[in-house]
Amino acid sequence: MSRDESKLLYAESHEWVDLTEEGGKAVGTIGLSGFALEQLNDLVYMELPELGRELAAGEEFGEVESVKAVSPLYSPVNGKVIAVHDDLPDSLEKLNDDPYDFGWIVKVEISDSNSADKLLDHAAYQKQCAEAG
Amino acid sequence: MTTKLAKTPLDAWHRANGGKMVPFAGYDMPVQYESIVSEHQACRTAAALFDVSHMGRLRFDGDGSDQFLDRILTRGVANLPVGAVRYGLICNEDGGVLDDVLVSHLETPSQRRFHLMVVNASNREKILKWLAPVLEDFPTVTMSDRTELTAMIAVQGPAAIETCKRLFSFDPARLKYYRAVITDQFAKPVIVSRTGYTGEDGLELIVRAEEATRIWENLLLIGRDAGFIAAGLGARDTLRLEAGMPLYGHELNENIDPLSAGLDFACNLKERSFIGQRALTKIAEAGPTTVRIGLRPEGKRPAREGCPVLDSAGQRIGEVTSGGPSPTLGYPISMAYVDTRHANDNEFQIDIRGKLVVAKPVSLPFYKRPKS
Repeated sequence: MSRDESKLLYAESHEWVDLTEEGGKAVGTIGLSGFALEQLNDLVYMELPELGRELAAGEEFGEVESVKAVSPLYSPVNGKVIAVHDDLPDSLEKLNDDPYDFGWIVKVEISDSNSADKLLDHAAYQKQCAEAG
Repeated sequence: MTTKLAKTPLDAWHRANGGKMVPFAGYDMPVQYESIVSEHQACRTAAALFDVSHMGRLRFDGDGSDQFLDRILTRGVANLPVGAVRYGLICNEDGGVLDDVLVSHLETPSQRRFHLMVVNASNREKILKWLAPVLEDFPTVTMSDRTELTAMIAVQGPAAIETCKRLFSFDPARLKYYRAVITDQFAKPVIVSRTGYTGEDGLELIVRAEEATRIWENLLLIGRDAGFIAAGLGARDTLRLEAGMPLYGHELNENIDPLSAGLDFACNLKERSFIGQRALTKIAEAGPTTVRIGLRPEGKRPAREGCPVLDSAGQRIGEVTSGGPSPTLGYPISMAYVDTRHANDNEFQIDIRGKLVVAKPVSLPFYKRPKS
């Protein structure tokens, strides 16, 4: 199954979230947008959170590092980390090519669905990226 | 605050060719074109072109230029033969480093001799101010700031010398390391020196500003089959870090003396008199209190500037001054200052934003080019 980037929600800080239901629970799968990955370029390191960690929307949960800079990863929603993509830090070279499927970073069980209300849809996010140049 | 950024003579070329422009030392400079890593690798395996026109270029004419420079440099240039280049430092009275510079002794085709000093972009204004009062004691010496009239291009990499043979009216292979000459390219003067800041063999060219783009494009054209590409400041930084070279503002500043920075080779303290000499002589007698070392943190996470360095017992003993991934080696590397008493420790820890990572000392440079 391939994730359709036009159906995802986006934070201004460039994380995407795919909202789904798994076993009656609201789940958010989180990654970093293709635009952000292209800007970062040459990734060298990624720091992931612990399973079970409670995240608030806007809270830093990890970081991704390129040759030149460290960028924090922010959770787009409130929720508890229920899965972490452990293979990702060792396969960062694949991330740029496939940011929406292979590139998922964490899954959270959403504790407050209202926390997604402020996120951007694909069109609004694209507009933000276009303005950023 | 909006200060207008200066542009190098190659600015339009950078913009037209995908250069990602960032402010650096008052200039709008390309940090990369496609990718820092591929630009870095091109320099290690073929050759890369760098626009280093932001570096300051100061020319000294007249009798006594060498004596004047001897007053301000940690290393004498009075005996510097025509055609030679020397690395040295400009220090304040306390021995703190104001800048690290290259001085060349050159002769024009009409046999006029002069000295040329290349200073860091971020220090150019400061050095001009520092030199002005010293110059008053040398009325026959004139200083002229050539930075804006010229451009500076670094061609660095194993293919640089061989390929550049086709560019000039002389063979750059005849130029030894740390030698410079004024030659011409299509009847326009070019200062060519066999110097660089990447750990590779190569040349640095100083050309008239209006000739810069033509020569740059010419270099890319003649080097196309050899794999020449343009590279930005990002690759320049990873290359110099691998080569263990200090960068002003990171390893060097006014609170660090050259002896603590491990630059003893660039300090001649005996039988000379220069600004900072007394302070440096005292430091040399007592021994510096810090030492510059190379570290390899375990794992993949780079330890960057500002990360505290701890001894194996957890005591803070220093700080990382530069760090990042090494594209050539495939693991992260850092330069750091630590307390001299720990100079020979065989294990350190680095605090990377709250997490302690074990780091092993590595002798500098991290990377040394294979002997050709």
